[in-house]
Amino acid sequence: MIVFLIKRLFNAVMVMLVVALMAFMIFRFVGDPIQLMVNEQTTQAEKDALRQSLGLNDPFPVQYARFVAHAVQGDFGVSYRNQQDVMSLIAERFPATFELVLVATIISLVVGVPLGVVTAIHRGRWFSEGLQFLSIIGVSLPSFVIGILLILVFAVMLNIAPSFGRGDVVAIGWWTTGFLTPSGRAALVLPSIALSFYQITLVMRLVRAEMLEVLRSDFVKFARARGIPAWRIHYRHALRNCLMPVVTMTAMNVGSLIAFALITETVFQWPGMGLLFLQAVTFVDIPVMAAYLCIVSFIFVALNTLVDITYALIDPRLRAARS
Amino acid sequence: MTSTDTPAPGRLARLRQSDLWWSFCHHKSAVAAAILLAALILTAFAAPLYVPQNPFDPAQLDLMNAEYPPYWMEGGQWPYLLGTDTQGRDILSAILYGSRISILIGIASVALSLVVGIGLGLVAGYFGGITDNLLMRVGDVLLSIPTILIAILVSAIVRGLLPPGLRDYGAAGVLVLAIVLSAWVQYARTVRAQAAVEKGKEYVQAARLLKVPARRIMLRHILPNTLTPILVAATLNFGMAILTEATLSFLGIGMPASQPSLGTLIRLGNQFLFSGLWWVVIFPVLDLCLLVVSVNLLGDWLRDALNPKLR
Repeated sequence: MIVFLIKRLFNAVMVMLVVALMAFMIFRFVGDPIQLMVNEQTTQAEKDALRQSLGLNDPFPVQYARFVAHAVQGDFGVSYRNQQDVMSLIAERFPATFELVLVATIISLVVGVPLGVVTAIHRGRWFSEGLQFLSIIGVSLPSFVIGILLILVFAVMLNIAPSFGRGDVVAIGWWTTGFLTPSGRAALVLPSIALSFYQITLVMRLVRAEMLEVLRSDFVKFARARGIPAWRIHYRHALRNCLMPVVTMTAMNVGSLIAFALITETVFQWPGMGLLFLQAVTFVDIPVMAAYLCIVSFIFVALNTLVDITYALIDPRLRAARS
Repeated sequence: MTSTDTPAPGRLARLRQSDLWWSFCHHKSAVAAAILLAALILTAFAAPLYVPQNPFDPAQLDLMNAEYPPYWMEGGQWPYLLGTDTQGRDILSAILYGSRISILIGIASVALSLVVGIGLGLVAGYFGGITDNLLMRVGDVLLSIPTILIAILVSAIVRGLLPPGLRDYGAAGVLVLAIVLSAWVQYARTVRAQAAVEKGKEYVQAARLLKVPARRIMLRHILPNTLTPILVAATLNFGMAILTEATLSFLGIGMPASQPSLGTLIRLGNQFLFSGLWWVVIFPVLDLCLLVVSVNLLGDWLRDALNPKLR
């Protein structure tokens, strides 16, 4: 187990180092950092001095090591665009994205799991075939389209939900939350539904496939033979045995949800990390782009590693197979 | 998607007797999706023959014709069937021209990622060793970043490197590059896994004994045996590529407003959502969805039809 743990962690660290290398190369070679930091009156001598003091004349590996050392401490430098510390810019925006992703994940489970169970139990009936067809459409709809349609129907035509911003937020320390005010909660509705749409279809299809498998197993037949009511077999006995892969997939998909939140945030002008990143892309604000890439990949890799380790803890066969 | 357009008569006859063709004809949603897809592609590519204006040519736009609603609504004007936008551009023409760009970018990026992915996958699977290790590690890293993020980053960086004058001309190329870089890993992994298995089989050993060159073994002997899963993945990825292109264009880092793809049209139309011009955004959205849904339905059917367990 220890060997497996060390191998898995080593692997994760390697992946993060390569991601950091990519971020560093973007930072270092797309445009000259000095040109982007100085104004027109700066003399060549001043530029050279700045270059020297920032360590840009050092050999490549030294610069990379320094970048990684700073990144580990959460120091990604200063934004080219508004001269603010990148990490504080991101920390300011992080709560908005986190709350959006959290609510979207909850919605996807609360809606997706029952839909999956229903379509599995009533396989072949018109409504479950219909739901199955709808799920293909759900996979095919890009998330910005869902956002636009939701805005058109609920904000423009019916005028019952706000379509942009986060509403009023309450600050708790450095964290800001929209859960505690009515306008904050109302602002969450449309963006979180738009973000969860794709995830709902994934959860539904996964639960359906797992349920079909479990319903064929002997213990379900035995439970039926004992005369246990059907709803109890489906929701207590069978569903429990399908939940493990659902938990795994949900955990692994949080990373993609954060990435996809970028699109939802653009549609709804939600002041999260994604919107910050996209503004950075438009202004070629490299430090912000590099920091965002590192942080999202870190969350992604950390969750994957955690899921793998948890699995190995639960199922000893995996330890032997992988280590 | 299906090879209904195979030219040689001998092949056509073989195709009509094949299981795949039978399964296709007996799958209602696959037939419907194929017809829909063919109709969308044909109308898009034949568009210059019959649409009232070239939406990309500013000389043909007239501000007097701006903001007409669709033809069947009050105030609608012939020949602007789906209405016009604020610059007097005919929405139907813009959609048809736009979907042409979207489809071309989709085809180009799937074709290119197939070539890159199959090539690298075959080499890695057949030779193993350092190439294999390196490729798989690169794959690990690429898979540890969400694909849409890779596409956005590549697109953003390459655009940043291009001089501003070239950005609009190179936009389609940048998009293809971004989609290929985020999509090739999947093909490479599939082909590599299959090639590593096939390599040990007797027919490959026999070919080796006959001193058939490695390149020929890979392309003529192993490759045909890896194509089934690749075909399914390529179909579904065609839909994904169109979606990625639309997303990047929607975010403003894809096709420019002077050569709008469907995503660009949606981005431009989105600005008028609150001023009541719903047709400017809804019709491009509808066209994009029909396109991707039909591709995905075909891909779903193909996956089931080629899966030996479900026969």
